[in-house]
Amino acid sequence: MSILVNKDSRVIVQGITGQEGSFHGEQCALYGTQLVGGVTPGKGGQKALSMQVPVFDTVYAARQATACNVSLIFVPAAFAGDAILESMDAGMELIVCITEGIPTKDMLGVYDRIQKSNSRLIGPNCPGLLSPDEAKVGIMPGFIAKKGNVGIISKSGTLTYEAVDQLTQLGIGQSTCIGIGGDPIIGSKMDDLLSLFHADPETEALVLIGEIGGAMEIEAALCYAELTTKKPVVAFIAGETAPAGRRMGHAGAIISGADESAAAKKKFMRSKGIHVVDSPADIGKTMQALLA
Amino acid sequence: MKIHEFQAKEWLKQYGIPIQDGITVQDKAGIKSAIDKVAEELGSKAFIIKAQVHAGGRGKGGGVKFAANKEEALSLAHEILGMQLVTPQTGAEGRLVKKIMITEALDIDKEFYLAIALDRSKAMYSYIVSEAGGMDIEEVAQKTPEKIIRYSVNPAYGSALPAYQARLLAFRLRLDPKAQAFKDALKIFTKLYKLTLELDASLVEINPLVLTKAGRLIALDAKMNFDDNALYRQKQILAMRDLDEEDPDELAAQKYNLNFIKLKGNVGCMVNGAGLAMATMDIIKLKGGSPANFLDVGGTASSETVKNAFSIILADPNVKTILINIFGGIVRCDRVAQGVVDAQKSLARKVPIVLRLVGTNADIAKKIIDESGLSIISVQHLEEAANEAVQLANKG
Repeated sequence: MSILVNKDSRVIVQGITGQEGSFHGEQCALYGTQLVGGVTPGKGGQKALSMQVPVFDTVYAARQATACNVSLIFVPAAFAGDAILESMDAGMELIVCITEGIPTKDMLGVYDRIQKSNSRLIGPNCPGLLSPDEAKVGIMPGFIAKKGNVGIISKSGTLTYEAVDQLTQLGIGQSTCIGIGGDPIIGSKMDDLLSLFHADPETEALVLIGEIGGAMEIEAALCYAELTTKKPVVAFIAGETAPAGRRMGHAGAIISGADESAAAKKKFMRSKGIHVVDSPADIGKTMQALLA
Repeated sequence: MKIHEFQAKEWLKQYGIPIQDGITVQDKAGIKSAIDKVAEELGSKAFIIKAQVHAGGRGKGGGVKFAANKEEALSLAHEILGMQLVTPQTGAEGRLVKKIMITEALDIDKEFYLAIALDRSKAMYSYIVSEAGGMDIEEVAQKTPEKIIRYSVNPAYGSALPAYQARLLAFRLRLDPKAQAFKDALKIFTKLYKLTLELDASLVEINPLVLTKAGRLIALDAKMNFDDNALYRQKQILAMRDLDEEDPDELAAQKYNLNFIKLKGNVGCMVNGAGLAMATMDIIKLKGGSPANFLDVGGTASSETVKNAFSIILADPNVKTILINIFGGIVRCDRVAQGVVDAQKSLARKVPIVLRLVGTNADIAKKIIDESGLSIISVQHLEEAANEAVQLANKG
């Protein structure tokens, strides 16, 4: 089984007539995702992609006509916050925002409202989700994944592919791979998804990929410590060698009271029973050993 | 993006927040008239000479000095303007001081700390205030965390800080509600919040915010960072960018849309994706090597991007070898391989290359490399790639 997206997900693409939206929309549909339509204001009534899916002016109209429940956003950064809110107000269950470069202030307002709604947001600035052999909602390369029982939660893009590839090479499949995004403000955090994966009976183990900055990995470790039945978690935190002071002002770290360095995060996660690897090349092997 | 103290103070002034005022000078010929003007217009007999560089800890490095009179100010200003300022944040090589601010000197009764920063965990802007102003706030946070007061503001309020929250902060700083300073504080807290939101700042810091002997609150120093993602709609902030404060190699990389940070090692790195780029640096270190740079060629690495990346990495004479690690999802490995081959033929300086291409069209890519006749070490696994690169670098 999988979480959040599966073969029954009915997906639309916001920005479907744009370059990114049309290319990746097509790729998702070719993977086997039920891509039922798209939205581009002013282009309602047209058809898009080689599959000739209908284009609507608004998300609301798309939902009425197609009963879609998942939206995939490729709208440019200046308008992406608005696109997320439109999907939320139309009642979409899952909103996946791939767009990179959304101003933080816009996301603060969006995050506040998403929290109070029934919609879940993944991203922004993320590669999206992939439930192997079921649905791809995003830009991950489908061919590296294999259906199975390991869930993946990652802040990164290509590093996620690296982890997925290592697992697949060892014959270990995945339930769902989720790229949560690297921005300061994102819709779904690690702890939240960690709980979702623990509630999924088919997910047996997890890979967590984090990096320097923020306190999300610490929060995930705290959440993990609270769980009554724990699934094994392998984690890698990128940025041990990244130069300090390149991050946003240290005042951010003072507020959260957390040490944002890779070393501090790794130490804390280990103390809560997470199998943290130092080398990114050891993610697959370590999982293999844990599942054996 | 960062701006200088004098620029941050211009913004504070524009938002009606009282500042320690002064004049900014770029060349030594302008020093004397600036001092005269500060004395005349601000009625100040003593002065502070402040180096304008983006690095923090200026005072510790001798970049901020008090002058009791005009003569002292003149000699100190000459000393600081043009000096190579070394602070805890500049590294040993220091930073050339190209601008100084000559300000009035104030009679200070008490110093506070005031900042607004993004709290990622709460997804809100937060105030940080403290009675332990004028000091390194990270040190205060570490040694006496009880002296730091944090307060978050719900984004639903827009850019208007509710009045009760401003009062709450002023009470926490133990200001007398009957005094002028209390009124000053309310105004400063409210306006600083408005400024932060309207300008898309990610950090605004006033350290110290001083209570003068005359009973007024004034911003003695100011530091501002802005959200790079919002610069497209903050043209006035963008116009304040000072390229002198940025690394020339990193600026060159930006022109090619490459994300590059120079480091001190000898293994050059060319990777797609920031996370994988950091992971590649980490594994080089684990294998006993040292990365020369962070370089993310981005999601659409083409033959042209690869060529540009080569020239930027090779501009660093320390680089002994280059490790190329590309995971082709959207990016096609054959295009990257072609870029590597083309670049190797056209570049003057050559170093050994370890190449790892995985994913889309990796097989075609391998063929291109094999048929090129170039001495490129082609590897399959990440660990192998790091081992090879480190060995080559340590040998050369």
